Amino acid sequence: MSETQSHADTPLRGRRILVAKPGLDGHDIGAKVIALALRNAGAEVIYTGLRKSADYIARVAIDEGVDAVGLSILSGSHVELVGQVLEQLRAANAGDVKVFVGGTIPAEDHASLAALGVRGVYTADMPLADVVGAVAKELAS
Amino acid sequence: MNAPEHPLVEPRVSQTSPSGIEVPVRVGPESVDPARVGEPGEYPFTRGIFADGFRGRLWTIRQYSGFGTAEESNERYKFLLEQGQTGLSVALDLPTQCGYDPVDPMARPEVGKVGVSLSNLSEAEILFDGIDLASISTSFTINGSAAMIYAMYLAVADKRGVPRAKLTGTIQNDILKEYVARGTWIFPVRPSMRLIADSILYSNDETPRFNPISIAGAHVRDAGSTAVEEMAYTLANGLAYVDELRARGGDVEKFAKRLSFFFYVHMDFFEEVCKFRAGRRLWAKLMKERYGANDPKAQHFRFGVVCGGSSLIAPQPYNNIVRVAVETMAAVMGGAQSIFTAAFDEAFQIPTEFSAEIAVRTQQMIAYESGIARTVDPLGGSYFVEQHTDRMEQEIERVMGEIDAYGGVVKAIEEGWLQMRIAERALERKLKVDTGETVVVGQNHFRRDDAKNEVGETFRLDPGVAKRVIEKFERLRQTRDAGAAERSLAKLGAAARNDRENLMPYLVDCCHAYATVGEMVATLKRQWGEFQEPVRL
Repeated sequence: MSETQSHADTPLRGRRILVAKPGLDGHDIGAKVIALALRNAGAEVIYTGLRKSADYIARVAIDEGVDAVGLSILSGSHVELVGQVLEQLRAANAGDVKVFVGGTIPAEDHASLAALGVRGVYTADMPLADVVGAVAKELAS
Repeated sequence: MNAPEHPLVEPRVSQTSPSGIEVPVRVGPESVDPARVGEPGEYPFTRGIFADGFRGRLWTIRQYSGFGTAEESNERYKFLLEQGQTGLSVALDLPTQCGYDPVDPMARPEVGKVGVSLSNLSEAEILFDGIDLASISTSFTINGSAAMIYAMYLAVADKRGVPRAKLTGTIQNDILKEYVARGTWIFPVRPSMRLIADSILYSNDETPRFNPISIAGAHVRDAGSTAVEEMAYTLANGLAYVDELRARGGDVEKFAKRLSFFFYVHMDFFEEVCKFRAGRRLWAKLMKERYGANDPKAQHFRFGVVCGGSSLIAPQPYNNIVRVAVETMAAVMGGAQSIFTAAFDEAFQIPTEFSAEIAVRTQQMIAYESGIARTVDPLGGSYFVEQHTDRMEQEIERVMGEIDAYGGVVKAIEEGWLQMRIAERALERKLKVDTGETVVVGQNHFRRDDAKNEVGETFRLDPGVAKRVIEKFERLRQTRDAGAAERSLAKLGAAARNDRENLMPYLVDCCHAYATVGEMVATLKRQWGEFQEPVRL
């Protein structure tokens, strides 16, 4: 494998990303699959496990010095929970950490999440390579 | 969504099943051993647990439903019963499932979202108002707090004067798969196993027609496992419960009659039919050969299914109606005892009355128009079906052997090994869809980006739900006899310290005293602590 190829396969090399499950939703397979895909793309990935408060997620994001936080929510509580995490990050002067959201997110909520400051919303039908590409692009901007 | 950036492989008819089993293009009579296949209603029950199939009794049409407040769910239940549904399936919200009262800060954003909030007896009285508990069977998808919800159901029946012996229904009560795939665990594994044994043993005596557990593979399946793994993990969990019950002095001939199972049905038709035939045969053999259960009813593998789940997709949602119809036929030919058909819009929202009705009608058409319910195990004796049933059985046993080799399910779960295996399989499945190797019509292949994906109407949850639930909760706490609630909780706490004491009578007393699910759970947490999730990737 040539160097260019290897870099193309790992567009997230050098990035640190926190994948987190806020709220009570126990569906973690999407979060884990994304975490594995981000890691395979070169990122250093930290996964929180289930049922974490917004406060905890923001604290880990800061302590670990991550570039991005991916929040996975399938219970329909995404607007409230994402808002809480963004608020905690801003309160801790970590508003530059980029926040992405995945899960069961109805199309009509994408705009309200973007308005809150979310950089990308990814749903289950999106190919993993496209998710990785979108995250890499956002982190490079 | 934009077109995928990477070209897809061409769609083709593959030669391996989704579980990775090589499928021959032709199978002949040499593959069928009539002795192994047996007869319907006879050990080892490959062809079904009843000799008369569905002629004696049709499967239960049971739609999962519940949202918002108890008042709103009660209304939906009455609607579904009027449409000919024959059993209720109660969806509970996450605070109830995880053992938090609606006023808990962790609970507030989730109140009434994925199911109904059921925090105490006063809510249960509203939820079942006007519904005859003696004639309708009620299924609760509840696990971590299953013992509390079961106690609450008994308390409602008591208050209404319905004899407990008449109650029929199911609590899922399968904690092992919660640690692996569904995530509504509360306590550590071992005290959770105790609570499950308590509820099963109590139910065997108090509510002998009730299923106190539904050992579920559905969630690991929907998370990404294959049909073979779904059955293997479920049977392995089932054996862990049998071992626990025997260690508690339970009689296998008695408790095994009330064990039930629950699975997903996805789109690969013969894989699903053969999964059920293989699982039914294997369970009967295990119960007879390993545990010496001789009563046929203690060897019976009774199961419910859900059709849909992750096999349903958001693009071109009406296609999902066809998917669910195919899956329902597989469930019927596999001999399911109860069927839940998902609504076509379930992939992205709470079903509307319109979509929920089509889901019920699908079952009724298959039951009464298609004729497939007329003959028991109509695929029995098919060269391919019998050969594939045998192959599935071998593969299920092989995967169960891998879990044994690791040290059993409890160890595999406590150390996060099983969870990791499922995550890896989910990644594999997702990549196969991404590359187009697994065809998902309308999503990867045969898609059109100008497709109309609208479903006509969307269900919007009333944003005032949480407020109303919390107001009712505050009112309950002011009006109930606080001393009685406290005393019942104190007795529960004391009983929890004695490992041999069955906690169910104490939980029923707590419910009668209007103690809340959050209070009962908190009392036990003080004794047992909480599950510490092993995070392994």
